[in-house]
Amino acid sequence: MRMRRIASQTKFETVSVLRNGEQLLLSLVFPLGLLVFLAKTPLLAGLDIIDSTTDPLIIAVPGALSLSLASSAFTGQAIATAFDRRYGVLRQLATTPLGTNGLILGKLGAVIMVVLIQFALVFAVAFGLGFRGPIDVLGLVLATVLGTASLLSLGLLMAGTVRAEATLAATNLIWVLMAGVGGLVVAHPGEWGTVVGYLPSGALGDVMRAAIGDGGIDIKAVIVLLVWGLVGTLAARRWFRFE
Amino acid sequence: MSSSALTIRGLQYSYGAHRVVDGIDLTARSGSVLGVLGPNGAGKSTTISLAVGTRRPDAGTVEIFGHDPVREHATTSQLAGVMLQDGGLPMSAKPLQVLRHLSSLYEDPLPIAELAEPLGLHEFSGRTMRRLSGGQKQRVALAAALIGRPRLVFLDEPSAGLDPQAREVVHTFVRDLADRGVAVVLTTHDLAEAEELSDEVVVIDRGRIIAQGAPEELRNASADSRTLDIRLDRPAPPELVSRINDIAPASARGSAVVVEEAPNTAQIAAVCAAIAEAGLQITDMDMHAQSLAGVFFELTGRPLR
Repeated sequence: MRMRRIASQTKFETVSVLRNGEQLLLSLVFPLGLLVFLAKTPLLAGLDIIDSTTDPLIIAVPGALSLSLASSAFTGQAIATAFDRRYGVLRQLATTPLGTNGLILGKLGAVIMVVLIQFALVFAVAFGLGFRGPIDVLGLVLATVLGTASLLSLGLLMAGTVRAEATLAATNLIWVLMAGVGGLVVAHPGEWGTVVGYLPSGALGDVMRAAIGDGGIDIKAVIVLLVWGLVGTLAARRWFRFE
Repeated sequence: MSSSALTIRGLQYSYGAHRVVDGIDLTARSGSVLGVLGPNGAGKSTTISLAVGTRRPDAGTVEIFGHDPVREHATTSQLAGVMLQDGGLPMSAKPLQVLRHLSSLYEDPLPIAELAEPLGLHEFSGRTMRRLSGGQKQRVALAAALIGRPRLVFLDEPSAGLDPQAREVVHTFVRDLADRGVAVVLTTHDLAEAEELSDEVVVIDRGRIIAQGAPEELRNASADSRTLDIRLDRPAPPELVSRINDIAPASARGSAVVVEEAPNTAQIAAVCAAIAEAGLQITDMDMHAQSLAGVFFELTGRPLR
């Protein structure tokens, strides 16, 4: 019965995301647009991120997957949860047999469902554009699970501690920063690259780029994501407020 | 005697150093409506949060049909339904989608039609919650509280912002619930609503219960505050008002004279005689019990709002 309730919450939250135009834009349109844009323009070679003989999909595919994950696990879920909190939805659901733990598990389930849909679409478009790997499946799974854990916990921490409008503004800004300068889409050279490698966005980008394109596992980045996931989860458990 | 649905004993809760619930005891019984009155910040909503187990009390106990709502949430959440003051429903979904989802969380939910029909939810079922008026959201929130077929219902300001017609629908629902044996805990600012619906009322101020009883008992408890309202055929002259004041404290406004502090039979007879001697006719006379608003003001020294 408990699993059925969690599954019901997962379904409700997933459908809510897929019905919401802004969420769709953030979760599907931007990542797929990024994939096509990077694959079909000479931008990456022009910025010396790759040489002119390298297939841009080697960077574009992991970049689109990382951005998808950041969109749904961090920005999208943080905004949705913050407004649910503001409107008392979390408090109401906490009084039902779903309870607080069921609610959190339902949200996690919804993020996983949306990420699976995102990944399926990104890979479908990538294969359509001619991408043929290599892919390290274990590396991809680690990037997905640890990236979701770290970004979701940090998103929920923000949603459960600050006002909804502040969460909306901050998570959108952070999404732009992660994509632009945070190492999520492309690796950054030099000291800046070292710094962002210790952030969830940079570490996720590194694990994803190692798994797709290099066909391996970036152990250091996996550990960084693991630590962020633990810190984020503990902090969210400590400070998240349902009302 | 109806059975106890909710039993609260010695409940305490603080936000930091500020104690907002300070030793509350109350009981809600099956088949009756318990009105919880108090000004903003009195501790009413916090008491409800503690009662349904979304907050853990600093001290004291809460039992819903003998079960602890924190430790036995799986059981108590099937027994109790909650209508929150701020709605608590997802804004991006439509009313029936919300109810279908909520009904999937309960073991023995009510058929949605049993709520949608009488509450008129079909009138606006094509719109998302975000696009509903305050009154329409209140109706959906009431349905959400009842979808799990609860035996105890907490209603936090159920009529706030409703037009008179919707308010009547809600009131009928509340009475029907009690008639069917459900225990209703009704938190309200609206004293007329509390008087109309409640079998028993508790008045909370600064986290404590300062009065408790049937509305009639509370009104009559303060006998001194009953008044005799007399309407005359013309304005009372000052000398008549002065003479009546010699009999009992009184005030006059136009053709109305109000004799304060529950005059006794002898005083009433003397007042009537004074009026007759002054050559005025009494057109109406009524002994008024204190209203709940008056009781509340007397107890707390401030109006409810």
